[in-house]
Amino acid sequence: MCLGVPGRVAVWIDQDPLMALAEIDFGGLRKRCQMACVPEARVGDYVLVHAGVAITIIDEVAAEKLLATLADLGEMNPQEASFL
Amino acid sequence: MKFIDEYRQPALIQRNLAELRQAITQRWVIMDVCGGQTHSLLRHGLEAALEDVLELVHGPGCPVCVTPAEAIDAAAELARRPNVIVASFGDMLRVPGQRGSLLQARAEGAKIRIVYSPMDAVELAASQPDQQIVFFGVGFETTVPATALALLHARQRRLTNFSLLVSHVRVEPAMRAVMQSAETRVQGFLAAGHVCTVTGYEHYHSFVAKFSVPVVVTGFEPLDLINGLFECVQSLEKGQPRLSNQYERSVSPTGNLRAQRLMEQVYEIVDAPWRGFGRIAGGGLAIRPEFREFDARVRFQLADAVCSPDGDCRSKEVMLGVIKPPECPLFGNRCTPETPVGAPMVSSEGACSAYYRYSRSNEVTS
Repeated sequence: MCLGVPGRVAVWIDQDPLMALAEIDFGGLRKRCQMACVPEARVGDYVLVHAGVAITIIDEVAAEKLLATLADLGEMNPQEASFL
Repeated sequence: MKFIDEYRQPALIQRNLAELRQAITQRWVIMDVCGGQTHSLLRHGLEAALEDVLELVHGPGCPVCVTPAEAIDAAAELARRPNVIVASFGDMLRVPGQRGSLLQARAEGAKIRIVYSPMDAVELAASQPDQQIVFFGVGFETTVPATALALLHARQRRLTNFSLLVSHVRVEPAMRAVMQSAETRVQGFLAAGHVCTVTGYEHYHSFVAKFSVPVVVTGFEPLDLINGLFECVQSLEKGQPRLSNQYERSVSPTGNLRAQRLMEQVYEIVDAPWRGFGRIAGGGLAIRPEFREFDARVRFQLADAVCSPDGDCRSKEVMLGVIKPPECPLFGNRCTPETPVGAPMVSSEGACSAYYRYSRSNEVTS
């Protein structure tokens, strides 16, 4: 139900505060999504879309940081990990 | 797809699962409160992979499941009226009310449309001015901005044939209800990531302080879930319940303020009936009186939803984390996804349904 699908802002269509609309690219499939909650999103940003509405801009730096942590953690030996 | 595939890498999943297992010294009871997380934990085999070291229980986190049966009956009844079309999300259609599901009502001629977004229902209203379009909107705070926006669009476009029949529910009051139950065994929570995208998580500070349990904002992919569990376990092992955010790429401390403003503009907090759970204080949202012309309950003079128990089903204990779905005597015989009796079996994201579908599999999959 609370599914959120990440997609890339491809082109802005309407920047009215209430009716804000952009075309979002979901891995090649494009759909028009409501942008009233993320008017600051720029073309190329990734947004999380739920029920046709973009609800947040995905923080790519945070995403990479987590992946790096997970990759590091996976390489530590168990004794080191237990002291984290 | 970017932001999904990276979090499903089998080798990383195995390594991080091994690290998680190493960090556990006792069988903690951890609850997830989002059906999406329940589904993912079971689908990817994570629960089975951790079963011997952790007890994962699944809270009342499926809004489709906890929508009162009476609300479904009301939607079906509206869709049978002349010149009324009811639109809703696809996963709402299979859920039985007390008098059958919307899918059955549609087979009998009721006018019901599946839409992907509430905004599609607004477009339907614009294109069919001689029909009354009712959007049957359910969902947690994740979905609320979408129905609020639909209502405001309809008002802006002066559509007099659009209204909302809403059954919106709020996550945190349900978590409080879990902790206030005398029977609760829950020692830590994974908070619903996409709800927090909208609401932020600062309001959980008082929850953590009051109940002395860790709350970890967690995403939905396998690596997100393992990471959220890792953080929760560490907090428990150290005996220092804390609030933390392991879904930083999508969730900020204060959430999406614009989405919150939309929500507050259109809705007010009310006590609400949760199917299989009963009435929860502050557990729902109702359309504010200034928007009553868009409220289908007002427009079509419907009674307020109540919440009748679903026979002898033990869904409340399942949703409180007191029992596991298979411990209910109805599970798998009288109650199956095809013929559900109680709330957690009615949608694929309900705990009972997810158990029914995936509990036979013990493999961790990506």
